[in-house]
Amino acid sequence: MSDLLFFVEVSLAGLGSGALLSLTALAFVLIYKATRVINLAVGEILMMGGYFFLAFAAGWGLSPWLAIPAAIAGGALIGAVVERGIIRRMLGESPISVFMVTVGLGSVLVGIVELVWGTDPRTLPDFMGTAPVFIGEAYVSRKIAISFAVAGLVIAVFLALFRFWRGGVALRATATDQAAAYSCGINVPGVFSLAWTIGCGTAAGAGVLLGSIGGIAPTMGAFGLSALVVVIVGGLDSVAGALVAGLAIGLVEAWTGTYLGGEYKLVFTFGILILMLMIRPYGLFGTKEIERL
Amino acid sequence: MAADTILSVENIEVVYNKTIQVLRGLSLAVERGKVVTLLGSNGAGKSTTLKAISSLLSLEDGAVTAGSIAFDGRPVSADTPHGLVRRGLFHVMEGRRIFEDLTVEENLTAATFALSGRGVKPTSFDLVYGYFPRLFERRTARAGYLSGGEQQMLAIGRALIAQPKLILLDEPSLGLSPILVEEIFGIIARINRETGVSMLLVEQNAAVAFAVAHYGYIMETGKIVLDGPTERLVNDQDVREFYLGMSGGEGARSYRDVKHYKRRKRWLS
Repeated sequence: MSDLLFFVEVSLAGLGSGALLSLTALAFVLIYKATRVINLAVGEILMMGGYFFLAFAAGWGLSPWLAIPAAIAGGALIGAVVERGIIRRMLGESPISVFMVTVGLGSVLVGIVELVWGTDPRTLPDFMGTAPVFIGEAYVSRKIAISFAVAGLVIAVFLALFRFWRGGVALRATATDQAAAYSCGINVPGVFSLAWTIGCGTAAGAGVLLGSIGGIAPTMGAFGLSALVVVIVGGLDSVAGALVAGLAIGLVEAWTGTYLGGEYKLVFTFGILILMLMIRPYGLFGTKEIERL
Repeated sequence: MAADTILSVENIEVVYNKTIQVLRGLSLAVERGKVVTLLGSNGAGKSTTLKAISSLLSLEDGAVTAGSIAFDGRPVSADTPHGLVRRGLFHVMEGRRIFEDLTVEENLTAATFALSGRGVKPTSFDLVYGYFPRLFERRTARAGYLSGGEQQMLAIGRALIAQPKLILLDEPSLGLSPILVEEIFGIIARINRETGVSMLLVEQNAAVAFAVAHYGYIMETGKIVLDGPTERLVNDQDVREFYLGMSGGEGARSYRDVKHYKRRKRWLS
């Protein structure tokens, strides 16, 4: 019985960190869906979100309820500036060049953080409380439970937006064919801007949640790599795929980490990635290109 | 420029990649409510002309280096590409370019962005389904799975949603069977008659283009070589031989007799 309880607790923790993976994956998906660019700097934007929160809450002494939106806005601002200043100039360039620019951007952000805040890990001011949450008899850390709820809510909102909002159609149309989107009167640069702003804001928000659970450090951008696995498994252009694959990878990481040891976590995660690329390269829910013969 | 000219293109030159000149001093005009056709062989620069008009050249690293283009009395360079669409200029691009991952309905929804900020009533999709009943049957299907003819119908349907003043049509006959070409051109003529929208129609299929157009331009290697009302063009001896495959009076000629190097085109003085 206690074995079962332990398994349930491990699984719940896995779902919690999986929800954070889903949220971060959402940032990849939003940007990819609109612009066909894989923004490898998502992990670093997430890190910036954590540091922004630290600066606003601990540095300026703002209340956390102000510091959270401020941190999200900071991430969104980075996204908007990068899109306007760099990505838009590269319209029409090969995807690889744009991809490489985002790799460089990630390194620059890490450098800035190390210059300003140093390389030591920091803890974020607590704003969620510590009283544990019990689901039945199973114990769940309060922070993980809250993160799960927030991530689930945000993803649900985006799913609804893509289904029912006209702007969702504009975004998908832009992704399919930029010139044709222009010819339908869609403001293509506006769509780009919006996707980068919202995507990076989402990543920064995920950074605040992740940082408040495990602390922040300049290396936390590596979380973005796990999220990249999630989007590839779920499908680069699928919000629902990000949700399902995020939870699945979270569970797998929790189970392997607990039962086999932490060193197996990455082996299993990336093993899934390789397997996925071999059998369904467009992901569980991704769009398979329509070939007309 | 007459007051009822909706589009006037004057002496434009277009250069791709800052090196390759495609248009050399091309001029044309479209009168309000009329269908004008622009004919020419492969590589003459027909599609480039349309992209220059709709400001989509920059996406392909092309630029208008000289001359001017005015749509509805205002230079097209004053607007963004999507701004131009919202001003009433709709470009139906070559190769249909429908959004394959979206359903038929979502494709039409995408075109409603052309009405943003114009303060007009949204177009009912029934207008499109009225002209193209087949699209109604397939409205929830993904557009990539439509047949070529249905995709062309959808591309024209998107233009209808945008309530344009001028439609640029780039080779609607491309890759379609003769019977479908006839059907689609019949509908194009009907749309012009019933809605009064002006059209600039680029074609390689001169016969079907002349059937719907009021006025025609013929272009070769980047400039206009001949123009005139359709009735005059179809009786022009050069047009008949080089574009309609006929030679004066005696019907289609045997392939053996066609030695086009013997007979120089009159306009290549």
